[in-house]
Amino acid sequence: MAYSDKVIDHYENPRNVGSLPKDDANVGTGLVGAPECGDVMKLQVKINPHTGVIDDAKFKTFGCGSAIASSSLATEWLKGKTVDQALAIKNTDIVTELALPPVKIHCSVLAEDAIKAAIADYQKKQQQDDKAGVPVGAHAGPTA
Amino acid sequence: MKLPIYMDYHATTPVDPRVLEAMLPYFTEHFGNSASRNHSFGWAAEEAVESARKQVADLLGANAKEIIFTSGATESNNLAIKGAAEMYREKGNHIITCVIEHKAVIDTCKRLEKQGARVTYLPVQKDGRISLDDLRAAITDKTILISIMAANNEIGVLQPVAEIGAIAKEKGILFHTDAVQAAGKVPFDVNQAKADLVSITAHKMYGPKGVGALFVRRRNPRVLLAEQISGGGHERGMRSGTLNVPGIVGLGKAAAICKAEMAAEATRLSALRDRLNAKFHQNLDEIYVNGSMEHRLPHSLNISFAYVEGESLLMGINDVAVSSGSACTSASLEPSYVLKALGAGDDLAHSSIRFGLGRWTTEEEVDYVVDKLTSVVRRLREMSPLYEMVKEGVDLSKMQWVAH
Repeated sequence: MAYSDKVIDHYENPRNVGSLPKDDANVGTGLVGAPECGDVMKLQVKINPHTGVIDDAKFKTFGCGSAIASSSLATEWLKGKTVDQALAIKNTDIVTELALPPVKIHCSVLAEDAIKAAIADYQKKQQQDDKAGVPVGAHAGPTA
Repeated sequence: MKLPIYMDYHATTPVDPRVLEAMLPYFTEHFGNSASRNHSFGWAAEEAVESARKQVADLLGANAKEIIFTSGATESNNLAIKGAAEMYREKGNHIITCVIEHKAVIDTCKRLEKQGARVTYLPVQKDGRISLDDLRAAITDKTILISIMAANNEIGVLQPVAEIGAIAKEKGILFHTDAVQAAGKVPFDVNQAKADLVSITAHKMYGPKGVGALFVRRRNPRVLLAEQISGGGHERGMRSGTLNVPGIVGLGKAAAICKAEMAAEATRLSALRDRLNAKFHQNLDEIYVNGSMEHRLPHSLNISFAYVEGESLLMGINDVAVSSGSACTSASLEPSYVLKALGAGDDLAHSSIRFGLGRWTTEEEVDYVVDKLTSVVRRLREMSPLYEMVKEGVDLSKMQWVAH
């Protein structure tokens, strides 16, 4: 199968590979896929609780080149976006950007799922902290 | 050393220059139809075909009259299985085969099932071999054919053909073996294996594509097959169609070279294969050889590089030609059914790479492939959430995965 130049670029020079501290209240972690299906993505976002802006994003992916490229691209797009903007990213945006063929569309779906799972994890943490009355940290401001 | 490196000799092999040289005159100079009985063009072609028939028979320990030329092993397997099922249907309708056979056998059996045949697909053990007890237990008084491959194309594991043949003989059941990967690579004798039908193809043994053969036993028992391609009655009426004379000459020459050089070639290639395997084990943790190391083709190695997906691995080694059992590399988007059948888990099937060494593989190439793959595996493991989790002590089998 021939890969697009953009997929090859992300595969050879993946952006934002790594891990953020998953116990940090401002970090959301999404882990999607399954080893027996041949792809697992871990996508993490670090969100500034004052501004709601994603300060940092990291990924690790077990999967084909298109899965690696989809998650790499997702982290690139996430940085600097608000939570709402991040949730608006659609898998079809990734398909278009990376010129993924039909058999690789599931890689982009997985990346979209990973974004949503990471943000959901962050939001859950924030709510738990509110309920428990535990201050989110020195930077924690009033939440809506 | 020339790049890219070809290490996929199970898929196909280049034509040996000696084979090509033998074939060339039969395209232009001796172009006759071997069925033309009344002129010298036909005689020359027929003589070449009969000489090739003898060469193929010699490789298999058969009689020349027992060799039927076909278009390749897929046709040989179809002819053997469908031809026997049709010919012996009065006797019974049960066939025994196994789950890791090539699709040319499995899909042929499935087709016969649709037409009313009963087929037992034997499982394989962890080492990739069938259990002879399972085979005995599967036999009924309606069993007419056992079809078990000599060597597997993905994992290179050799089946106990002599023992299978002995069981078949004892029960009066025909034994077909797909010997495509074994013929010319390891000693295979139709009488030692007690085989009645044997499929081979030229392009896996340094001959051309589009030509193969089926051994059909003529004595003790005399095996009859219903023709699957009708026409002029060529090949003892079992396979009509003008013979592919240059291809057949190539198959014969390829068989003769394999017979003469097999012992030395196997020794050389198994040493290189063992070097490849040892170096991978020195360099990397969590790698697993798929299938028996003891009962294996000398040039064959199949390794799962855990926590790294096969297609992404292939993408990182684009100057090395190997294959993967990963779903992403198959048209069906399913991981290799052969590796799944070993019971090691689908995740290891996704992580598998098949290395096929061959006549022109060098030590320098082996070392290059090891270095290249090692660095790509390390890079991809740095990027693998699974490898990270395992290193943190997470038991992946206990995780709740969201399959999609």
